Amino acid sequence: MSSNNDAPLSSARGHAGRQPPNDAKIRLRDVRLSRGGRQVLHVDDLSLRRGEVSVVIGPNGSGKSTLLAALQLLVAPDSGELLLDGHSMRDDPLATRRRMASVFQEALLLSTGVRKNVETALGLHKVPRAERRERAERWLDRFGVAGLAERHARELSGGEAQRVSLARAFALEPEVLLLDEPFSALDAPTREALIDDFAQILGETEVTTVLITHDRDEALRLADSVVVLIDGDVRQVGPPAEVFGAPADEAVAAFVGVENVWSATLLRADRGVATYRLDACSDCELDVAAADPPKHALFAIRPEEITLAAIAEPRVEEQPTSARNHLPATVRGVQAAGPVVRVQLGAGSDGNIPVVVTLTRPSLEDLAIDVGSLVTITFKATAAHVIDHE
Amino acid sequence: MEFLWNGLKEAFNLWIHGDAEIIEITLRTLAISAVATAVALFIGVPTGAVLALKQFRGRRFIVALVNTGMGMPPVVVGLVVAIFLWRSGPLGGLNLIFTPTAMVIAQFVIAVPLVVGFSMASIQSLNPRLLEQIVALGANRLQLLWLLVREARLGLLAALMAGFGAVISEVGASMMVGGNIAGETRVLTTATVLETSRGNIEIGIALGVMLLVLAYVVNLVVTGVQQQRRAT
Repeated sequence: MSSNNDAPLSSARGHAGRQPPNDAKIRLRDVRLSRGGRQVLHVDDLSLRRGEVSVVIGPNGSGKSTLLAALQLLVAPDSGELLLDGHSMRDDPLATRRRMASVFQEALLLSTGVRKNVETALGLHKVPRAERRERAERWLDRFGVAGLAERHARELSGGEAQRVSLARAFALEPEVLLLDEPFSALDAPTREALIDDFAQILGETEVTTVLITHDRDEALRLADSVVVLIDGDVRQVGPPAEVFGAPADEAVAAFVGVENVWSATLLRADRGVATYRLDACSDCELDVAAADPPKHALFAIRPEEITLAAIAEPRVEEQPTSARNHLPATVRGVQAAGPVVRVQLGAGSDGNIPVVVTLTRPSLEDLAIDVGSLVTITFKATAAHVIDHE
Repeated sequence: MEFLWNGLKEAFNLWIHGDAEIIEITLRTLAISAVATAVALFIGVPTGAVLALKQFRGRRFIVALVNTGMGMPPVVVGLVVAIFLWRSGPLGGLNLIFTPTAMVIAQFVIAVPLVVGFSMASIQSLNPRLLEQIVALGANRLQLLWLLVREARLGLLAALMAGFGAVISEVGASMMVGGNIAGETRVLTTATVLETSRGNIEIGIALGVMLLVLAYVVNLVVTGVQQQRRAT
């Protein structure tokens, strides 16, 4: 076998600070940034790997844009270090900026022709005049807007303008691409088409990319690594499956969409299966898969991981050590949510454990349940993600 | 109304026959005002850009000064410049009083607040995120200034027209620092005042029409540039 184990893509796992620093294209160390007396960013140690797409997600006001603005050297941190290839970015800000390229939410084009927009950017980097036109046309073509080269920037639609803006950034052939919600101002079909093209082009280049978004689907589609920023704090870094399937804490879970978070106390553990009692329900015992179960834990279970059965009493199984958990529950509400239906329930003997389950419409109709119905909820021991919660 | 008709006929005669003195006065007027406007642009546009982009102590004071300067009576400017340039004044040793250079200085002082004010307004009206984008694309300070000036070009051409329009039409400052000396510092406005006060109303009208035509032609050219840039 090849000893290619530490290639960026195959080793993309682990939490903040766990990656070997020599693999980091960009590193933030002890970065603190305040605005109006409030600390909006405090990053202890964050490494963004060479050649990877790091997607920074978080709710509004979480400091995502501030993080990007700091990397763009548009705002200066109060303290801490920003490193590019191990050297401080701020030593020579102009030289650093010329190794990076930025695209913003709004396509900020100069009021001139489309090709001229790209050529002007290349001119800023002192690219020889003879080379500018060829590079501009090549990248406009990659983004499917070569036909608009002679148009004026103000004649473009939003999607076209953002394609030109991306082409301009790629034409600079930067080492690092910094993208601040570049797709969020576009309508859905335009966005889908552009993200497809963008993902393909990204895959063909080696550029280290930092993408800011509040859209979870964008993160799932584009990210090699997801950085979750909440209240200016890096809460989790990891591959998308890890972040979305195994949120590091309650706030991450709430943001990435695991909607069932219950607190529980460990009763016993045996050969990889831990038995917990829910704190809100003294006779609710659950088996979960956990190698090293914490004493006090939060369970995070995605709504689609739970199934419903329209019977009031849990069926007694032949094998009580079965890998499935059952709880009685009462339906509290039913809401349509796009293609699926969200069913809100109160689980446990007192019905005081809030549970959300998502079902398709046909399965809801099959179940014939309504508000007040008594049901049983079921989920696999492996569906519950156990978060240490002392 | 007959004198008006006669004035237009006289103007027509003067142009047709290429009256040497009129041509000389017209060219001098154009030269002095063009130089004054050019220097005002050279200094006023970067100053306006800095006032638009930078926050610093005393900025409000300077902006208020600029706004006041935009409406300053030319005769007051003329008086102040004259006091400086008089033989007994602080800059009297330069022997500039009653020279075209003195008139350029006075007209520059009149034009510069207009240019600064218009430049500041047009650069301030640009999208502030565009500035960040240009910086993030790797522009140095000079490249940033140049691209912002290019983005604000319509407003800056308005600054040019306002500055040139103000100085070519002013009479008070030119009279005070130039002295309206025939063959040296006489321009269209001061000549108009002189001829009219002498009772040569027809010549006065002819000069006035000449001034209007000159201002119109210059603005036509600048507007042509403005609209043509817009189309590309």
